[in-house]
Amino acid sequence: MKIITMKSSVFALVMALLISGCTTGVQPDSEAGADAGAGAEDGEYETGATVGTIGDGGAFTGSALEGMTISYEKNAINDPGNVLSIKTIYFDYDSSELSDDDAEVVKHHGKYLALNSDASMRLEGHTDERGTREYNIALADRRAQSIKKLLLFQGASSSQITIISYGEEKPAALGHDEDAWKLNRRAELVYE
Amino acid sequence: MNRWILLFFVACFSQTANAVLKIDITEGIEGATPIAIIPFQWNSATRLKDSDISEIVSSDLARSGKFSPVAEKSLLARPQRPEDIHFKTWRVAGVDHLVIGSVQMVANDSFKVEFRLFNVYRGEQVLGYSFNATSATLRTTAHQISDLIFEKLTGLPGAFNSRIAYVTSSGKPVEYRLQVADTDGYNPQTLLTSKEPIMSPVWSPDGSRVAYVSFESGLSAIFIHDIHKGTREKIASFKGINSAPAWSPDGKTMAMTLSKDGNADIYIISLQTRALRRLTSHWSIDTEAAWMPDSNSLVFTSSRSGKPQLYELSLDQGSRPKRLTFEGKYNSNASVSADGKAIAFVHSANNSYKIAVLYTDTRVMQVLTEGPLDESPDFAPNGTMILYASQDKGKAVLAAVSTDGRQKQRLALSDGEVREPSWAAKRK
Repeated sequence: MKIITMKSSVFALVMALLISGCTTGVQPDSEAGADAGAGAEDGEYETGATVGTIGDGGAFTGSALEGMTISYEKNAINDPGNVLSIKTIYFDYDSSELSDDDAEVVKHHGKYLALNSDASMRLEGHTDERGTREYNIALADRRAQSIKKLLLFQGASSSQITIISYGEEKPAALGHDEDAWKLNRRAELVYE
Repeated sequence: MNRWILLFFVACFSQTANAVLKIDITEGIEGATPIAIIPFQWNSATRLKDSDISEIVSSDLARSGKFSPVAEKSLLARPQRPEDIHFKTWRVAGVDHLVIGSVQMVANDSFKVEFRLFNVYRGEQVLGYSFNATSATLRTTAHQISDLIFEKLTGLPGAFNSRIAYVTSSGKPVEYRLQVADTDGYNPQTLLTSKEPIMSPVWSPDGSRVAYVSFESGLSAIFIHDIHKGTREKIASFKGINSAPAWSPDGKTMAMTLSKDGNADIYIISLQTRALRRLTSHWSIDTEAAWMPDSNSLVFTSSRSGKPQLYELSLDQGSRPKRLTFEGKYNSNASVSADGKAIAFVHSANNSYKIAVLYTDTRVMQVLTEGPLDESPDFAPNGTMILYASQDKGKAVLAAVSTDGRQKQRLALSDGEVREPSWAAKRK
């Protein structure tokens, strides 16, 4: 079920790109159509926000894993060339779904935790500043939870992982625009 | 008609140097009732700094949006005694009401404050009180006078003699502070300072305690802080999130959001027995509970329809949530007015987050603010204003809007950011 949702999200990305003709510089309103069709609950909102991110050439990196080494040795997490050096996962607005690439990264971390039972991870969830603070605490918790599920699926133990949700309280980037927001919608995998 | 009441006050806090919130009225005074507040006469006492009673009353009444005090320099005359008032002059000037008063020093640091409110058209006194005060309580006395005048002339209880709580952050590395202050921003006191986030302050119904979330231990926990004793108690520190405390109006129960059972859901805890009851159980996000006045149902935010919307849920066993908001794709963080007739919340349209009100009888929604990043609405105890958090030139400030949307004001710190305001129902 997880895979289906991720694939459909990727499909939505591709479709959005095709439809928008890869408009750069045009920042689609992430709430386009919010006033039309009041009360309707569809997927346009999400898609709109995603196109904005790609148009900006920002957090979404299609080939992040290419050329990276894969190793689960003790100090692999400190090797900048290792896939485990990717310790920040970014999200779309009001979403806790991972992209396929990010899911792949998280799986490697899960294997690392499974093979190094003395390792432990603090999983921090964050959101951008939009929306209400307490909703964002819950949203950031969901982001961390969705990563934890993948880690456990790879054999990591629940006792190795501590989740803390900061919501919008600890932004990585200051500023009040998409450039800052896309960096703040994140989860950080912190080895302790 | 003279009613003389003697009131005694105890200084609640020691004075400490803290950044003071500065209030500016940014929009709308038309349609407000003109009132002349004559500078109070100080008999055998030197006027104390920051304790100019007539000025405090003027500024309180102006902030309410319902009154338009005559500027001190535009006053036609400065009568000190009732017999000095020439009502016809004030009538011609279009002034509806007039206030005179005096401050007398009766002993060392002991003052007697008197005021009288007159109806200019009828040419008669409609209110008169006398108070005992010390230099430390003169401002409180002024806010009480504002409350009495406000209630006499509008029929609504005043909300000036109360306190607000809010969170500030400043410095590098960031330092978070939980502060309480008078409703005009004066007399700020710091309850907690932390290197980790502090969130969601909310007053107990009796105005003696503040509940909040602190991350000081590295994980979130909900505390109840007694503002007079300076002591506090940890109420919730479950695995996962401990968020969004909300005191029931009867003071017996606290609603909160926990994710200890997997996902953010609403729980209520008895403050007497500490018995915990789970109210919602849904795979989506349920959070930001706000109580209806009867303490028997809650309004909360849920993403069960796909996007955050407001729902109402009764505490009765087997009740199901009823959706309240249908306009727009982001409606969250409700604050319910004390009479239950209006719900303020954050409404997003066109990527702008604004404060809106939903009237519970007509189900009509009205957007009150401009955005783009307004949040944390909280009704004044008398329902006339909504205090909220906003951005001004990239800086976090507090703001207030009258419930009819006509009057707006900004409360900013000269240095640092301020957010998450909560207005106490009363001062204690």
